[in-house]
Amino acid sequence: MSTDIRIKKGLDIKLVGEADQTTTKLPLSSVYAIKPENFHGITPKLLAKEKTEVKAGEALFYSKADERILFPSPVSGEVVEVVRGAKRKILEIKILADTSQKYQDFGKKDVSKMTPEEIKTHLLASGCWPFIKRRPYDILAKPDETPKAIFVSAYGSAPLAADYGYVLNGKDAELQAAVTALNKLTTGKVHVCANGNSLFTSLNDVEFHKISGPHPAGNVSTQIAKIDPINKGEVVWVVSPQDLVVIGELLLTGKFNAQRIVALTGSQFSSPKYVTALPGIKIKDVVTDNLKSGNHRIISGNVLSGDKVNEEGYLGYYDNQITAIPEGDDYELFGWLVPVFNKISTSRALIFSWMFPNKKYDLNTNTNGEHRAFVVTGAYEEVFPLEIYPMQLLKSCLYKDLDEMEALGAYEVAPEDFALTEFICTSKQPHQQIIREGLDLMIEEIG
Amino acid sequence: MGLKQNLHNLKEKYKGTKMAPAFGAIHTFLYTPNDTTHSGTHVKSADDLKRTMNIVIMALIPTLIFGMFNTGYQHFLALGEIDAVSGGFFSAEFWSLTNFYFGFIKILPLIVISYGVGLGVEFIFATIKGHEVEEGYLVTGMLVPLIVPIDIPIWMLVVAVVFGVVIGKEVFGGTGMNILNPALTIRAFLFFAYPTWMSGDKVWVQGAVERAGTADAISGETILGSLAQSQPMHHSLSDMFFGFVPGSIGETSTLLIILGGLFLIFTKIGSWRIMLSAIIGALVMGFIFNSVVDADIITSGSKFYGLMNLEFWQHLLIGGFAFGIVFMATDPVTGSQTNRGKWIYGFLIGFFSILIRVFNPAYPEGVMLAILLMNVFAPTIDHYVVQSNVKRRMKRLKAKTA
Repeated sequence: MSTDIRIKKGLDIKLVGEADQTTTKLPLSSVYAIKPENFHGITPKLLAKEKTEVKAGEALFYSKADERILFPSPVSGEVVEVVRGAKRKILEIKILADTSQKYQDFGKKDVSKMTPEEIKTHLLASGCWPFIKRRPYDILAKPDETPKAIFVSAYGSAPLAADYGYVLNGKDAELQAAVTALNKLTTGKVHVCANGNSLFTSLNDVEFHKISGPHPAGNVSTQIAKIDPINKGEVVWVVSPQDLVVIGELLLTGKFNAQRIVALTGSQFSSPKYVTALPGIKIKDVVTDNLKSGNHRIISGNVLSGDKVNEEGYLGYYDNQITAIPEGDDYELFGWLVPVFNKISTSRALIFSWMFPNKKYDLNTNTNGEHRAFVVTGAYEEVFPLEIYPMQLLKSCLYKDLDEMEALGAYEVAPEDFALTEFICTSKQPHQQIIREGLDLMIEEIG
Repeated sequence: MGLKQNLHNLKEKYKGTKMAPAFGAIHTFLYTPNDTTHSGTHVKSADDLKRTMNIVIMALIPTLIFGMFNTGYQHFLALGEIDAVSGGFFSAEFWSLTNFYFGFIKILPLIVISYGVGLGVEFIFATIKGHEVEEGYLVTGMLVPLIVPIDIPIWMLVVAVVFGVVIGKEVFGGTGMNILNPALTIRAFLFFAYPTWMSGDKVWVQGAVERAGTADAISGETILGSLAQSQPMHHSLSDMFFGFVPGSIGETSTLLIILGGLFLIFTKIGSWRIMLSAIIGALVMGFIFNSVVDADIITSGSKFYGLMNLEFWQHLLIGGFAFGIVFMATDPVTGSQTNRGKWIYGFLIGFFSILIRVFNPAYPEGVMLAILLMNVFAPTIDHYVVQSNVKRRMKRLKAKTA
């Protein structure tokens, strides 16, 4: 059965540098790094000390809160360095990759014959658990919970996002195995949303929804709100399609192969395209020879909610996109006064992006103004499709009123849902950070 | 490089000092800053608060220029030196350089004082409290000269601006935190502190005050003033629409205010919901009063008769109503912040404007008090609008658990 969902509110930020649909296979890089901060709210406990040899899929560390949750190494090699910060917090675990990969063998499984408990244990043991996130709070799923539904968004609506139709091509068998497994873990259904035709339509054990409209139509929160909204006390799990492929391959072959297709996007790439890479790969090894000269910002992820990295940094654990855009650290004479043709806005305050809805822009990282108190009203609602009052929720997070946050719908949101309101914010407030801190406070106080 | 580089060096030099906000205000006026994003979205939309405020100022400029012409026109007309307009909006009698020059000389000091004093207070507070100089006053400073009578003494304006900025805004924490519209706070202060100056028939035409009591006395009664005393109107509808009537400097030309309002709506800076619902509210109230008169409940002997008997739609043309709802009621900080709340907020402003106008013959300009009143109630309106969203969420939960 399929249902159509149309999103009206939102904004597509059209940028220069869409990835060409050609995939380059990258050679194995030398050093990979896993950053525990990619897994929000996790306190890592190290399993693989320095000088340990690990295979791909072997655990590097586990979560202090639940020692069953293992975080695997994407490559086989030797742990060469554990970078620590203040209070000996683990920042990075660096692994020197072997020239030929050795995989930990977790054994082939026939998913249809497994019980939910067996699937859970298998995913935990094989290091696939961190692929599953939960709402509320947008953190890793807890193994003891049973979600009311599992959501997969196969529609990348964020700026320059990887085209799931392209990157998932030919992965039917893996996806089928993964959704069959996940379907056993929920009392409800596995919902998949995609824009137009998708190979998910032919899969069993999924509820397919066709979704259309501007960003954030591809955000899971938008889809959850339309299909099965989260109420207080309910839990929903979220998995990305790329990670489903990894889970599927593990079930089918017994190997943990985190290989994914990563989109290189943005105006600063001389040839934007797709490459295959493992999470944790050094950015330099991916972007080398492909960057234009100049001062640019490299982002692991998309321009709205990705992480700032530099060439010495590493690809984030969940990211399937690297974006490079120009830095905007320059002044602009009377920039607040002159008509603007090369930037985007939802207002028409002498900014003419409304006249060219299909133009692609080359935005830089300038804030285009200074940080202010909230002043303008009514603008956020135009790009915010959830039935939530965005400014009121943000303010309740700022003054830390837990009851109000709960009442206004904090259980239904993730920081990424506030990326668009942050983009258009006239007062340049850090919305995603405000929401993240608000959710963290709720985890601490309410749990 | 030149100026840009020099300013950059100065900025680095002042960083962290008490002077930083004051310097920053001037610097960012010239150049948008070189700040880049750190966390969150890596790109940002092009508008900032300065641009937003600037759009409002642009919408105000036509009314300001018209006000300059009108000041001269009303003055010379009252003295009998020129003839009344005869040829529609572009009448030569009105658009003469003599009129403009006369008004320009009278109004320029008001603008300079308004901005000078107001921004001065802002700079002082920003320096003491160490926050950035905020843009809110850019619009307030332009609104203030437009809503005062032409003959207001300078010292009065200075006192009022200081009061309005400090009490109306800074004590709450600056732009974005205030409860009352600062420009209206200034106007209300003037009204309550110097009532004889702010009402009556003397202040609306330049020169009327000093000539009062002499053989050359001229009358500068506003339309509202005459109606409140149940005197017949001596201005045509087209005069009222185009704005060739006495009144506060910027409020007379309904035509230009409508154009400004349309510009604000088009740029999405002003809320069309507030403007439209305020008009509806005023029409409803005006219609109720018309019906009361038609039903002979109020007869021509009553002191309310003059304004009650005014055709309901003509209320929109006279006084400061149009100016108030386009430029004052739409202030996002002091107005209602939710879209549904804006409908209620605007409607009540229109409704109360006409109500106060009719029942307050001593000072028949109701829109100022109506907006200030609704400023106070806007958070309450928002509260109930937001509660309905909360209730819906609770209901969904109950339906689920039941």
